Amino acid sequence: MANPAHSATSAAPGHDEGETRRDFLFLATAAFGAVGLGSAIWPFIDQMNPSADVLALATTEVDISPIAEGQSITVKWRGKPVFIRRRTQAEIEQAAKVQDSELPDRQADASRVKKPEWLIVVGVCTHLGCVPLGQKVTDPRGDYGGWFCPCHGSHYDTSGRIRKGPAPKNLDVPDYVFLSDTNVRIG
Amino acid sequence: MNAPEWKNPVVRWIDFRLPIFSFVYHELGVYPAPRNLNYFWTFGSLAGIVLVIMLASGIVLAFNYTPHATMAFDSVERIMRDVNWGWLLRYIHMNGGSAFFIVVYIHMFRGLYYGSYKYPREILWFLGVIILLLMMATAFMGYVLPWGQMSFWGATVITNLFSAFPLVGESIVTWLWGGYSVDNPTLNRFFALHYLLAFVIVGAAAVHLWALHVQKSNNPMGIDTKGPQDTVPFHPYMTVKDLFSLSVFLTVFSMFVFFAPNFFGEPDNYIPANPLVTPPHIVPEWYFLPYYAILRSIPDKLIGVLAMFGSIFVLFLLPWLDTSRVRSGTFRPAYKKLFWVFVVDCIVLGYVGANPPEGYFLILGRLATIYYFFHFIILLPLLGWFERPLPLPTSISQPVLGGRTAATARHMEKA
Repeated sequence: MANPAHSATSAAPGHDEGETRRDFLFLATAAFGAVGLGSAIWPFIDQMNPSADVLALATTEVDISPIAEGQSITVKWRGKPVFIRRRTQAEIEQAAKVQDSELPDRQADASRVKKPEWLIVVGVCTHLGCVPLGQKVTDPRGDYGGWFCPCHGSHYDTSGRIRKGPAPKNLDVPDYVFLSDTNVRIG
Repeated sequence: MNAPEWKNPVVRWIDFRLPIFSFVYHELGVYPAPRNLNYFWTFGSLAGIVLVIMLASGIVLAFNYTPHATMAFDSVERIMRDVNWGWLLRYIHMNGGSAFFIVVYIHMFRGLYYGSYKYPREILWFLGVIILLLMMATAFMGYVLPWGQMSFWGATVITNLFSAFPLVGESIVTWLWGGYSVDNPTLNRFFALHYLLAFVIVGAAAVHLWALHVQKSNNPMGIDTKGPQDTVPFHPYMTVKDLFSLSVFLTVFSMFVFFAPNFFGEPDNYIPANPLVTPPHIVPEWYFLPYYAILRSIPDKLIGVLAMFGSIFVLFLLPWLDTSRVRSGTFRPAYKKLFWVFVVDCIVLGYVGANPPEGYFLILGRLATIYYFFHFIILLPLLGWFERPLPLPTSISQPVLGGRTAATARHMEKA
């Protein structure tokens, strides 16, 4: 590839002076191009993030008045199940008296509820994302009276905390507010 | 030219088993490009880059699009309003289609002017025409996907072209539609084919490049390169030239995408498809207008359709229709003028195609159609006999480096 034209150009007079200027131009152009390409690529990546209409559905309002004590309902929030359980007095006491040392993921029951009667947790097992059983009266509720995940055997207590099994964390508590005594907005 | 000794041991390990580095070195590094290539020779690489832009934007649009008759229109509107940067991606894809045709048409007219279709580049030319046909099919089916009024009626009209064929025509159209009108089955298959054909174009372009790298580039003089003094290595000379061309292209392209994104579009396509009402004035996208004009200028359904397809297929015969042995228009005084007449004729056809087929437009369209075929079938074969070409330089470097006047003189006598 010893091309006469090529070597003639690079051996042109003023070579020493041109070298630094050329290097600068080369680097400046390359940097400019890299920044341009990078910013052009961003929209192609960001389009996979949740779109405006998906984000607009990020809250769910629930009327909780029909739920009797001891009952649970499941509502959908961001495409995921959210468990709303109206706990019995026995369940509240059972959750409150647990010592921190017994918990793999230490959290007091009081910090997981806004009103002790209402437990609101995301119904997705923190192990690998299955939906734990325990919402229906006929469901197994695990050794601790909360929920039991059939996929890999995680047991949650009446505060939705992990007690036994492979899951590392307690069931998530979503952001929610009580709009009134009978209405709750999740998200 | 042998591969360089790769210093990096990983590169050497890979290159010994799969010589991908040597391939790039040969085809993009030291590949000998004629030293006199002008900026019209950058439109090939430009077309390749536009193809990549179309693939990238098309794939991410498909992430967000729903190919169903009741949901397609809304899903496109959702892309425009709700999907992050969706408006940008769609406008890139929309205007990218137009840009692709502009770039490819300039690329083809370059080939026509400089005789790039002649020996020994006939197959290279055929592959180019095949790519054009694939592009037309892909563009047509892509235009159907937003499922607006123009999408729907464009699909109806174009698929009905096949009904012109005697006996089997109607069955072919029903088969294409998957029903008795353009409907959901049609949309589904068009979406699948639109996606597929994009990659068929990639394959055809790869073979096109293969053929190019066998016989190497033609050049503005249309004479063969005779040695290293006639060529420069592709890198950095042509890579920089292509990059400069690309930066100018992207500037113009961005102007359309950001400031006039609907310049090439039809407002009617923002009305959802309605199978019961045809828009009063339906026109294809600008890049189909010349063919559309040819179709409409012939008062017979079958012959009109055949003429329209023939206007492309005549390009396959071009290497034999053009009987002149001189490639470049630079040395063909008569062809040079007729080339520009032909360019104007194509523009006139496009102008006629954009207007209703009545009055003067009809007459103008007929004259332009006749001239289109006259140029290829009558003029070009005769020109080779009657035209007296100018003397060709002995080599590409000779007019630049001077010297060999004796050789030039000898050549002039021969011419």
